[in-house]
Amino acid sequence: MPAKRIIPCLDVKEGRTVKGVHFTGLRDAGDPVELGARYAAQGADELVFLDITASIENRPAFARLVEETASVLNIPFTAGGGISSCRHVETLLRSGADKITVNTAAVLNPALISRLAAAFGSQCIVVAVDIRRGESGWEVWTHGGRCPSGRGAVDWAAEAADRGAGEILLTSMDHDGTTNGFAAGITRLIADAVPVPVIASGGAGRISHFIDVFQQGGAEAALAASVFHYGTIGIPELKERLAANGIPVRPVSEERRENEAD
Amino acid sequence: MNIVIIEYNGGNTRSVQFALQRIGFPKTVISDDPTVILQADRVIFPGVGEASSAMRRLRSLRIDRIIPDLKQPVLGICLGMQLLCSGSAEGETPCLGIFPDMVRRFPADKKVPHIGWARIRHADSPLFRGIAQDEWFYFVHSYCVPVNPGTSSVCRHGVAFSAAMQKDNYTGCQFHPEKSGSAGERFLTNFIKGDV
Repeated sequence: MPAKRIIPCLDVKEGRTVKGVHFTGLRDAGDPVELGARYAAQGADELVFLDITASIENRPAFARLVEETASVLNIPFTAGGGISSCRHVETLLRSGADKITVNTAAVLNPALISRLAAAFGSQCIVVAVDIRRGESGWEVWTHGGRCPSGRGAVDWAAEAADRGAGEILLTSMDHDGTTNGFAAGITRLIADAVPVPVIASGGAGRISHFIDVFQQGGAEAALAASVFHYGTIGIPELKERLAANGIPVRPVSEERRENEAD
Repeated sequence: MNIVIIEYNGGNTRSVQFALQRIGFPKTVISDDPTVILQADRVIFPGVGEASSAMRRLRSLRIDRIIPDLKQPVLGICLGMQLLCSGSAEGETPCLGIFPDMVRRFPADKKVPHIGWARIRHADSPLFRGIAQDEWFYFVHSYCVPVNPGTSSVCRHGVAFSAAMQKDNYTGCQFHPEKSGSAGERFLTNFIKGDV
């Protein structure tokens, strides 16, 4: 049984992290590579880098960033943002990303998931699913949460897994940014409906939210951005509390603690 | 030290190369050329993706013929380890047959793929020198090799499976040492420098 994973997410624009980062001692808070290495040293289990520029002309810059990150990090990381083709995926994997995420392009063309899984293996294909609760239940939204797709959340997650997604990254747009907790209920419905791991995202504000999404939500991993960037929650403390609540985590080693104290 | 990483299916060769850089071997070679592979002091055989297409690719590059004859230490990582076995349930694929065992799919009662950090137990072997029992390594796989006489390290995901195997000059690891933090780097260092 693998440990439940803690995954900081870094939004990157033009090669720089965009959300405010309130770490002391960082040489350059906007440098995604330095920030990623810092999280790794703190005991993050994986990282996600999302290219929020995602315009075609800036893709080479993101691939270079991925390559630089891969040379420094000794933990796995996922790259995503605007991915719509096998070629784009190949570039990022060859640059050293362990996994990639697809979102809108997969909803518009579900066969893309099948093609990517066949070409690169399910283990590196994360399908990101953005959802909102509407009158008819949880619905999938695309284009960064701007467009309703008409697809039901559970139905789409099940199809994505069927087509070869290795993981589902589930973000409740209703919860994202609220710091009021993850959408544990729908996370549980999807975790029970798909055979692959579900990464919960959106809404983390307190340590108890992580406990809920693992215990009630059945998530295999939890992703967050601001609580880590602003230092509201430290990963060593988070992991200690999870362990104290009987949730299996990879503990932050003494060695990593010392690095952090530096 | 001439270290060659076999390139055959566009997998995670760069990640392995970067990890070797971090542990002090900056000049590793990534190659699909049998001549280059045969001359290596250490051969690393990584791999991600699906078994039958990976075997097809190895055959088309004629690397399938040289791997069983290598005399230098060889390390198969993840799919690379699975391809060193006699066959895989993935695509009903005959593999290289260095390890006599069959690769099986995980039972469906657990989340598959098995993704994330898991603890391993290991035998007393130079490969695991300096690595504690129950140390955490990073895994990502849907198929596994059952525990067998060649198993040198065991992990569990519903069932016990081989986290590492050894036979003569061949080593396989199901985990990704290149992504397993400092323990993974120690494992790679042991493979490169150690008496394996």
